[in-house]
Amino acid sequence: MTNISLEPIEIVRGQPYPGAPDNWKRFFTFSTDHKVIGIQYIVTSFIFFLVGGLFAMIMRGELITPEADLVDRTVYNALFTMHGSVMLFFWTFPVLVGLGNYLVPLMIGARDMAFPRLNAVSFWMIPIAGILMMSSFLIPGGPSQSGWWAYPPVSLQNPTNNLINGQVLWILSVAISGVSSIMGAVNFVTTIFKMRAPGMTWFRTPAFVWSVLAAQLIQLYGLPSLTGGAIMLLLDLTAGTSFFTPERGGNPIVYQHFFWFYSHPAVYVMVLPVFGIFSEVLPVHARKPLFGYRVIAVSSVIITVISSAVWVHHMFASATPPWMRMFFMVTTMLVAVPSGIKVFGWVATIWGGKMRFTTPMLFALGGISNWVFAGITGIFLGSVPIDLHVHNTYFVVGHFHYVLYGAIVMGIYAGIYHWFPKMTGRMYYEGLGKLHFVLTYVGTALIFLPMHPLGLMGMPRRVASYDPEFAFWNVVASIGGFLLGLSTLPFILNMVSAWVRGEKVGNNPWRAYGLEWLTSSPPSVENYEELPLVISGPYGYGRSEPLVSNVPNPDLTEFPESLTPQKAS
Amino acid sequence: MKKLRAILIMSIYAILVALASLWMAKQSYSWFPPEASAESKLTDDLFSLFTGLGTFIYLGVIGPFIYSLIFHRASKYDRSDAPPIEGNTWLEVIWTATPLVLVLTLSFVSYRTYEKMSIRGPMELVHLHVPQMIEPAYAEPFDSTPQQDIQKAVETEPIEQIDVTARQWAWVFHYPENDITSTELHLPVDRRVRFTLRSQDVLHGFYIPAFRVSQYVVPNEDINLELTPVRTGTYRLRDSMYSGTYFAANQTDVVVQSPNDYQQWLAAASAQTPGSAFNQAAYEYSQSSEPGSGNTKDKVAVRGWATIPPAPPPVVNYAPKHEPDSPA
Repeated sequence: MTNISLEPIEIVRGQPYPGAPDNWKRFFTFSTDHKVIGIQYIVTSFIFFLVGGLFAMIMRGELITPEADLVDRTVYNALFTMHGSVMLFFWTFPVLVGLGNYLVPLMIGARDMAFPRLNAVSFWMIPIAGILMMSSFLIPGGPSQSGWWAYPPVSLQNPTNNLINGQVLWILSVAISGVSSIMGAVNFVTTIFKMRAPGMTWFRTPAFVWSVLAAQLIQLYGLPSLTGGAIMLLLDLTAGTSFFTPERGGNPIVYQHFFWFYSHPAVYVMVLPVFGIFSEVLPVHARKPLFGYRVIAVSSVIITVISSAVWVHHMFASATPPWMRMFFMVTTMLVAVPSGIKVFGWVATIWGGKMRFTTPMLFALGGISNWVFAGITGIFLGSVPIDLHVHNTYFVVGHFHYVLYGAIVMGIYAGIYHWFPKMTGRMYYEGLGKLHFVLTYVGTALIFLPMHPLGLMGMPRRVASYDPEFAFWNVVASIGGFLLGLSTLPFILNMVSAWVRGEKVGNNPWRAYGLEWLTSSPPSVENYEELPLVISGPYGYGRSEPLVSNVPNPDLTEFPESLTPQKAS
Repeated sequence: MKKLRAILIMSIYAILVALASLWMAKQSYSWFPPEASAESKLTDDLFSLFTGLGTFIYLGVIGPFIYSLIFHRASKYDRSDAPPIEGNTWLEVIWTATPLVLVLTLSFVSYRTYEKMSIRGPMELVHLHVPQMIEPAYAEPFDSTPQQDIQKAVETEPIEQIDVTARQWAWVFHYPENDITSTELHLPVDRRVRFTLRSQDVLHGFYIPAFRVSQYVVPNEDINLELTPVRTGTYRLRDSMYSGTYFAANQTDVVVQSPNDYQQWLAAASAQTPGSAFNQAAYEYSQSSEPGSGNTKDKVAVRGWATIPPAPPPVVNYAPKHEPDSPA
């Protein structure tokens, strides 16, 4: 039965498929290969990451002095709106979908995602939506200036009176990216439920796959709320309806519920896959099984459930009645429990391990240390009386950037470095990688730590000018910001040059357990010649237990411990 | 013997962490603006508790983490695996139960603080569509007497009513008893003050950092908020909810005065005929809408896009003579 299944697939495939997996032109086609789509997602979103980062650096340039003197106030307001929107909708979401796309089918022993064409469609909506949003810089009224929340009534004020204005383009772009995410979520959930290899029970499924599932379930229940809110906002803006328009009797607070019902869980959509990356990277580079794997896996799903009932903590200072403040304070704090389980599990994983400080390991460890800090300030923010003081101040900005940059972006870097040899068959340059890590870690601390004291002193977020008493910490933060901008250069250099002429390494340079390492690097089109038959759980370090009972790809010769003893010998 | 040493080291580390946490909890008071209201003392105490516990947890996790990073590394040619320890049920139960108990405790303490502020404090008096939902809070079985300063202020003098109107981009304060208006907020010390917050256009945030409370101002809704200034001085009121182009300039000074000074100020203000106040947003807008008006201070490197014009400068009895300056 070994090779028979491959041949019909060869004939049935009706997709344009220019050349072998080493043909770079495939990245510019409507390819349905999950690995091509994964890299398309990652590269596209990284370009948007640079764009969003550029906006941030202009903002830090403005904030280096108290007066509004570098850019006009309207430009500053447009910049923070676009920075937030681009970073979330066109960097963090898509890059993680990209990593998930690349890794989930490989990790569960599938040949592709459940709906390959849908997968390709959901990717190609991302550049379209992104260009649509960027095009708002070219229209007369400029881009949206209402922040990435687009709270009415400010978002409904249209100074140019044009029908095509920055806010309309923003809503359309977000709606398109939302539809793309919903399609992606359907695809992921179906794939994970239906396409795990024979023998891969839930508790043999890697923690990364669990966390992607947990994240994508949130997309399914949450996104309809945001999309609905966005459509009502669009109607208010263009068709004169009065859902949220106060002068026509609408209620702007209702929008906040629609918005945060999705947008808080959205934070977990972003952080859960990163938790998954930490859970995959640590065991490999510490040569030790993931401590408390089952609990870590299940805690992802617990986060999915709890996160559906915490959204009002963004609205404590809004017109929110006391009972609601108290209820959501308790639910918000409860999220600390499953998050804590994961952190303790990671610390116990490296405890007594045999660690090597490779670049992915450094980024994972750095990300975890930042996450611990961000989690603790998160509990501060969950407490109503404290939140009423720091609400909408730089304390909040510092907190969520510690989550998004300190933990999530560092986790993404860890993932990219860790699976780079799998994606390309080549090794990145370790020296450049370590330089990248140091710049990123120091830059993160320099820019985001000072935001906490600024917030406690009472500096509101989103201000283009501020009182001179805040000047010192803002200068420090700006220096950190420019350092972070600089930190992307060794990364880009590393990725490009290593992909072109890096040292060729084998299929499993990390000697890692996991189905993705049982195929060639880069993997062949359908990943496995024969579907793997899984006979044990992930993370079999130190046990020399085989992972599969067959040889999915006969050409794999390295790290025979992960195969059956008789086949390997 | 080895076990004893491990226990000893861990105990010493725990004591050091506890000391560091105590120190941080004490330090945390200095990270804030002055405590100018009775409510701010409650907030700062709560924050100090969170800082202490937060430091304890942070160091408790980071300590073993860093120990691992230093001592649990593979030697250069060691390609073997570490012992396959997959979990420990007792350990996992402990580190699930401890955070659970901790966050429930912190929630409870936060609730108590909130009650102490809110029996007559700001949040209980946010009148919304569900007033009956507020009632049960009074019937809670545990102590919910307000903080002493607040109680004393309420008992000695009647609550001072002040109407606050927010708009793009100005604050106007109306003192209904004397029927005077001002763009600077003057408050009597040691007296309970009730603000009625109204917005004429978009959402704004009424935020005085020295008082530690912020509250959105919502169009079509009257939101009441009570505070107790306890320290004379000049503080800053900032718009904390992004409200459009000149949002960052929508600030004013808050002057907390002794009862005598306050009465004098009221009398002086009511003697003045209303005049147009200085308004930063309107000023900047007029500068930018007249190209070549020649004021280099207000020129920026990158010109902007069209904006909603600011509301005309408010006409009030009292306005500070110059641009308001911020306290140090």
